[in-house]
Amino acid sequence: MSTPVDAAVDLRAGEPAAAAPPSRRRRFSSGVREAGLAYVLLVPAFLVFSVFVFYPFLRNFYLGFFSTPPFPGQPKHYVGIDQYRDVLSSTDFLDSLKVTITFAIITVPIGIALGILLAVLAHQKLQGIGIYRTFFSSTVATSVAVASVIFGTLLSPQVGLLQGIQTEPSILQNPDPIININLPVIRSFIPSVALVAVAVTTIWQNLGLSFILMSAGLQAVPDDLQEAAEIDGAGPWSRFWHVTLPLLSPTIFFAFVVGSIFAFQTFGQIDLLTPRGGPLKTTNVLTYYIYDQLQFAKNDGVAAVLAIALFGVTLILTLIQFRFLERRVSYER
Amino acid sequence: MSADTIALKGTELSGKAGTDVEAARPGKRGRRLRIFARYILLTVLAVIVLFPIYITIVNSLLLPSQIASKSPTFFPSSPQWHTYADAWSDGHLGRYLLNSAIVTVFVTVGQLAIATCAGYAFAFLRFPLKRTLFVLFLTTLMIPFEITIITNLSTVNTIGWYDSFQGLIVPLLATGALGFGAFLMRQAFLQVPKDLQDAAKLDGYGHLRFMTRVAVPLVRPTMAALAVFSFLAAWNQYLWPLLVTKDDRLRTVQIGLKQLRATNLDQVNVTFAGTVIAFIPLVILLLIFQKQLVRGLTAGAVKG
Amino acid sequence: MFSDRSWPVRLGGRGPREGGPILTADRTGRASEESVGRVAIRGVTKRFADVTAVDDLTLEVADEEFLVLLGPSGCGKSTALRMIAGLEEPTAGSIEIGERPVNDVEAKDRDVAMVFQSYALYPHMTVRRNIEFPLKSRRVPADERNRLVEEATKMLGLEALLERKPAQLSGGQRQRVALARAIVRRPQAFLMDEPLSNLDAKLRVQTRAELIELRRRLGATIVYVTHDQVEAMTMGDRIAVLDQGVLQQVDVPQDVYARPANLFVARFIGNPPMNTVDGEMVSSNGTTGVQIRGGVIPLPPPLATAAGRGDRREVVLGVRPEHLVLGSEGPISATVSVVESLGHEQHVICRLEDGQLVIVRQPSSVTPPAIESAVRMTADAPHLHLFDSATEERVDA
Repeated sequence: MSTPVDAAVDLRAGEPAAAAPPSRRRRFSSGVREAGLAYVLLVPAFLVFSVFVFYPFLRNFYLGFFSTPPFPGQPKHYVGIDQYRDVLSSTDFLDSLKVTITFAIITVPIGIALGILLAVLAHQKLQGIGIYRTFFSSTVATSVAVASVIFGTLLSPQVGLLQGIQTEPSILQNPDPIININLPVIRSFIPSVALVAVAVTTIWQNLGLSFILMSAGLQAVPDDLQEAAEIDGAGPWSRFWHVTLPLLSPTIFFAFVVGSIFAFQTFGQIDLLTPRGGPLKTTNVLTYYIYDQLQFAKNDGVAAVLAIALFGVTLILTLIQFRFLERRVSYER
Repeated sequence: MSADTIALKGTELSGKAGTDVEAARPGKRGRRLRIFARYILLTVLAVIVLFPIYITIVNSLLLPSQIASKSPTFFPSSPQWHTYADAWSDGHLGRYLLNSAIVTVFVTVGQLAIATCAGYAFAFLRFPLKRTLFVLFLTTLMIPFEITIITNLSTVNTIGWYDSFQGLIVPLLATGALGFGAFLMRQAFLQVPKDLQDAAKLDGYGHLRFMTRVAVPLVRPTMAALAVFSFLAAWNQYLWPLLVTKDDRLRTVQIGLKQLRATNLDQVNVTFAGTVIAFIPLVILLLIFQKQLVRGLTAGAVKG
Repeated sequence: MFSDRSWPVRLGGRGPREGGPILTADRTGRASEESVGRVAIRGVTKRFADVTAVDDLTLEVADEEFLVLLGPSGCGKSTALRMIAGLEEPTAGSIEIGERPVNDVEAKDRDVAMVFQSYALYPHMTVRRNIEFPLKSRRVPADERNRLVEEATKMLGLEALLERKPAQLSGGQRQRVALARAIVRRPQAFLMDEPLSNLDAKLRVQTRAELIELRRRLGATIVYVTHDQVEAMTMGDRIAVLDQGVLQQVDVPQDVYARPANLFVARFIGNPPMNTVDGEMVSSNGTTGVQIRGGVIPLPPPLATAAGRGDRREVVLGVRPEHLVLGSEGPISATVSVVESLGHEQHVICRLEDGQLVIVRQPSSVTPPAIESAVRMTADAPHLHLFDSATEERVDA
């Protein structure tokens, strides 16, 4: 990096030493000044992070040792590592984990695929393509509540679009798995109808973002590569598969990583569409479980353990993605 | 033909919409047909994407009875404009929007300022522990805000900031956008040409002057992009405002809409109107700042 | 109707193209031997919004000919090339490749190969897969494919690089891969868009020679776009000079050099460029000459007659720097302004009385005149060029 801009070092060679500014004697050495300035600039960020990120993160570990009895007003008491064991092996937790993972599995790949589809179609050189691009990115303006309220009402049996087609229970109250497969492991990951409905809402809400992201990635695919492929005899599908997609892979990878992290942090839609964890807790993603413990059961300790679990799962998932997916990304350099 | 002849596929017509190079032209008429087909496909998809919004607007102008009836109405014959007034006043939407605006603006400005300072430090200054600190910053991206809320709630309570603007705003400064922002600003500052630094040095500029007069103006596009990103993230905050506020006074529009829906179970059209009202400000903002939006959202993804 | 010779029709020692596969999707099934690699552009115009990139261009490239499209940037040469390739559609006019009109034929079915200025190599594929790609796209069976890839690789000396990716190659190597990819399917014509412009000067000279050699071995039809007149002069069988979408002249290099059809071509070809000076026709005592500041230059009779025809007064006189001689005598007076010494020769830049600059080439064996000295110039009569002031066209003897 650069040497200090205000260093009192004379850069003009040949100047007599007497011309060196007297400030050199007055100030601290330039290195210290520079470091001082750096720390000053970093203090706000560091302060905010320490108080609201690092401290809470670490305190979770501490809190996890304590359990709050279900009676109101009673203080929590030390339970030790047992609470960790109990919570992490409980069926509630494991179910919640499965729901979270299932949710991510549904929303992330589909969201990316749709984003690619729309981006590719809107990348053509047609008249007025700009309008379509605006349309496709418009869901970026829908916030969590807007999207959820819209879909929630549309899907409700009383006033939604699907009355007449729908029978009880309503889609958002439907705990049945969408398909009935009786294979042991897979079965527990089959989402309920309600979860699928929430997933659809989320995918729709994120469509604008996905579209914008993939469009930007598409810009990075040079035109002349497409032309070369066309002259080489590749039809539209072949061009997409052999040229566009590989060059889009860094963007797709980024979308996967960031998308999964966000998927694991989904909360708003769940609360707005399927309160209290949904029908038979089939939409009880980890974040909601944490909220539930915090707000209703008032059980800090359990919530803390769950929070740590959430962090752990997110970290592991990201590491897995880097280990396995990044290999298949073709970087140009 | 000799065995050496390579067979060519004939001029193929692919029904799938192609990528950006104009494809088959088997005669002018065939070409027009293909272009027409692509417009159809685009329009169909646009309709699907926009349908929920459209329906919401339509429904906001219908009577509850029309909405609840088994046969859907797609165009309001006698629009119920009053729903908007109702949503605004009875639904306190004005208040909610204001709260959201205040919180979002403060958080955005705050994050922008903090990230810029941090980014500058990492880009231009030398100091001990620089690498460690940078890694620490990056780790905050991995720590989702949701897991900090437990302690943050009690911290906020202890300071006495529960149900206050400070309580809403300050913790939100620490969301992922800050770490990401510091990273982004550092990248942007690193792009400032060394010649400018050298010239400033020769002119006797101190760091402060260099930062304010030279560096920051140069990275304005990135700052705009970060601002958009921060803004969206803050506007969409749901969990924290839910936990930290207890009544309408401070509710943001996200929570407010939930409230609106709850109090208008039989007046669904009012709920829809409220949704539209909540939707419009963002649409306007994003239409104006489209370019920055794209840059902000894609800052990490595309290799420059 | 099939000709009674089946194609491929390369017979005799014509290099690797002999017996090589010739690709065709000709609907009528007709191809005569001479016209297999022929490219014809008839009255082609290309308009983009309010800009006319190519204006009524008519050009024919014979089979196995190396035609260079030469011109400054923006003259439409790349656009014309892209229209031949099928990447742009002409606003008007028709294009034929071989014997058939290809206006409505997709790029991938036109049986042409293109080498892009940026090489356009697929960055995520190895060199081998890059070269293979055109064959794989056309579902060429594996053994045939491998044979062709091997031939192309050998021809361009790429054996050691097959498993590398483009990012690991130097500029010159990438260019050869681009060429290999073009050669591998033995197209009817090769289209090259400034392929040497991304190479440094030394590499450019070397690659130019290699390209000429390659072309001889392939016996291919090549349409080559460049803005570099040295490339055009050394490589082309014929040069087509374009300016602002309009064809200025198409001729063999020597004729483009020695008999430029208009002022634009005259000034564009040649380094240092031709000296062009405004002047007026004058006659006295039966000799016709051109009056310029500093003297009257007599015109040789054939040129004088031609100039006299058509009643023109104002002309532009052109003479190349190597056709001027400095001395103590001569019809033109000038002052020496700058002497540029290039080692093997020197350029003496002189100023006429009205300030116009004239460059004279001298071998370095001659002592150059002193700066600011007055000199007299003689022009070599057979090498005078006359252009009409108004139309800028050549006045021909």
